[in-house]
Amino acid sequence: MDFQLSDDQRALRSGMRDLLGAVFDRDRLRAAVERGGAVDRGLWRELGAAGFFALRLPEAEGGVGLGLPEAVLLFEEAGRALLPGPLVATHLAAGLVKGAAEGEAVVTAADGRLPVAHLGEADAVLAGAGALAGEALRACAAAARPVRSMDPLTPLHRMPSAERTTAHSERFRCEAALLTAAEQLGSAARTTEAAVQHAGEREQFGSPIGSFQAVKHLCADMLARTEPARAAVYAAAVTGDPVEIAAAKLLADEAAVRNARDCLQIHGGMGFTWEADVHLHLKRAWLRSACWLGGAAAEELLAADLGAAGPLPGSSAAYGRAGVEAGGGG
Amino acid sequence: MDLAYTKAEEEFRGRLREWLAAVLPGLPAKPSPDDWPARRAYDTTWQRMLYDAGYAGLHWPVDAGGRGATPTQHLIFLEETEKAGAPYVGANFVGLLHAGPTVAAEGTAEQRARWLPPVLRGDEVWCQGFSEPDAGSDLAALRTRAVRDGDDYVISGSKIWTSHAEVADWCELLVRTDPKAPKHRGISWLAMPMDAPGITVRPLRTLAGSTEFAEMFLDEVRVPVRNRVGAENDGWRVTMVTLSFERGTAFVGEVVACRRTLDVLADEARSNGRWDDPVLRRRLGRLNAELRSLWRLTEWNVSESQRTGGVPGIGGSVFKLRYSGVRQELYEAAAEVLGADAFDMDREWVLDRLSSLSYTIAAGTSQIQRNIVAERILGLPKGR
Ligand SMILES: Cc1cc2nc3c(=O)[nH]c(=O)nc-3n(C[C@H](O)[C@H](O)[C@H](O)COP(=O)(O)OP(=O)(O)OC[C@H]3O[C@@H](n4cnc5c(N)ncnc54)[C@H](O)[C@@H]3O)c2cc1C
Repeated sequence: MDFQLSDDQRALRSGMRDLLGAVFDRDRLRAAVERGGAVDRGLWRELGAAGFFALRLPEAEGGVGLGLPEAVLLFEEAGRALLPGPLVATHLAAGLVKGAAEGEAVVTAADGRLPVAHLGEADAVLAGAGALAGEALRACAAAARPVRSMDPLTPLHRMPSAERTTAHSERFRCEAALLTAAEQLGSAARTTEAAVQHAGEREQFGSPIGSFQAVKHLCADMLARTEPARAAVYAAAVTGDPVEIAAAKLLADEAAVRNARDCLQIHGGMGFTWEADVHLHLKRAWLRSACWLGGAAAEELLAADLGAAGPLPGSSAAYGRAGVEAGGGG
Repeated sequence: MDLAYTKAEEEFRGRLREWLAAVLPGLPAKPSPDDWPARRAYDTTWQRMLYDAGYAGLHWPVDAGGRGATPTQHLIFLEETEKAGAPYVGANFVGLLHAGPTVAAEGTAEQRARWLPPVLRGDEVWCQGFSEPDAGSDLAALRTRAVRDGDDYVISGSKIWTSHAEVADWCELLVRTDPKAPKHRGISWLAMPMDAPGITVRPLRTLAGSTEFAEMFLDEVRVPVRNRVGAENDGWRVTMVTLSFERGTAFVGEVVACRRTLDVLADEARSNGRWDDPVLRRRLGRLNAELRSLWRLTEWNVSESQRTGGVPGIGGSVFKLRYSGVRQELYEAAAEVLGADAFDMDREWVLDRLSSLSYTIAAGTSQIQRNIVAERILGLPKGR
């Protein structure tokens, strides 16, 4: 057992961070907000060239031949950077929809009755084992009603009938949930950093606000949400187990949403402005939490996994461990 | 990232399982929770069995009498013994989990030879005399004095919340050896024999009704200077070593135990009809996610310490902060499953619900853990 990133995995992650730092810095993020989150086709192709979409396609099919653990690292970086676009759907469409692997096509997917992201600019919508494109897609888009999206980075449409386009396989849903969880993880880690940085710089009452315990403890709790979520997401990527993926999604959703809220609080009035990036993280995190596996469904799945334990061997009512046995304040 | 255990690790697990299956049925009946001498006897018997089978001090260095096992093997050991329902480390807790490792890391050859083998064999039990009535979270504010007199320290003061002091042979004791130095600088770490004249132990009753900890009054207790571990006045640094052990591995088995309790809760809820309540059901589902992630986080921390050479990292504070809260939520959920039985001390989990209240206090309160995480991991400025 060696549950640490390999050197290759570390290199992959830092390569992705560097790439995004170069092609999607804060100015471009704000420009994307001004454009309403519309996909930047040039950037999309650059991601394709970097193997973002083809990462898990076998090499024989022109892919990179890596697995879910590596994909999760890339999506974590995308989540950190708030990279817009139907990243999960296009990644899952590689090998299925022409041009998806290369970043030539923008592919989206519908999830139940939720509004569909980036429908207006998509070249295809995944539908069961295939995809809607061309005439069928145009008809679908024409019948859909644009929504004034709460998240400025994710344009949304509501579709009249979602039957065909939501017939995804179980495996598809699981992988979509996991990759979404990875984006949430990246966002949670980023808002923690932003909060810590602000708390170290902003002064009130003659001291950095980070020296006040009320602020400090918010930051500590952010890390204490992020790290268990990270362990859950990485482990789920290694095992691919649906229950483990549900746990990962649940914890990553919570970490992303609550960390963004705490980060906003720590930024004070500045946090409530359009200028601060934190609202972008929060809105995106809210949207992602509803996607692919919402909290209630994940909890039901995790509940169904419980039971059949047999009698408790170390029954502590007799004598096991009554309480922590030692102290020490530190 | 590789979550699979190696062939050697799986073989280790297999042999351990066989051994556990062979010896556990022959264990004597568990003593009553309040009979400390019986608990000591029970726990040390188990320790002796581990010793004879070569499982004692698995994670200790070989030159300290341990087996030099990898952190992963130690993890497997904790997981399997918990799953099999083997006795908890119990009265041997302090000796095995922190005084011992501290002596192994900081003690002289002579000190190791004197103190470590009896801990491993279950012959001697240790307790922890850190906290004082006026120095809990602010541990370095401790006032118990040690004045040098020839080859002895003469110690006066008092300690509190000392777990199983009643049955301990030794106490890892923090004393102030230089009252004029800044508070972190004048402390020393001593091994105090509990039968020395001048020690009075007065049991305190916990809210669960048990007497697992005690007050300790020290009236001119003489402890040889050679019992000091580390340099005089360097005890705070030694203490940090002790605390990193305490937070690093102390809770591993408990995560396994909690997951098992959660399974039993689900079974019980299904049979008593509470499962039909979606709010309760989903609460149990969420706890499943929490405990799974804490187990994975443990594996992560263990892998990391394996890479960095065995000393538990500061990640233990993140774990402890989160785990102590989850443990309390688990037993709140248990009370809901039990319904009216939640007030019957003879029912399973009722005692656990009460004891879970100590988890956010003992071994450093949650507020102190948050300070540690914020200042030492996230690098925020120290408070005023
Ligand atoms: C079951 C149990 C077993 C124990 N066993 C042992 C043992 O064997 N040996 C031993 O030495 N000790 C032991 N302890 C003691 C334990 O380590 C202390 O209780 C703990 O460190 C808290 O100290 P205190 O009780 O003095 O509380 P205090 O320090 O008085 O704390 C009271 C409250 O104030 C808060 N607080 C204090 N300082 C700060 C701060 N700087 N910032 C924010 N909040 C703060 C605390 O979080 C807490 O909520 C045990 C305790 C328990 C409950």
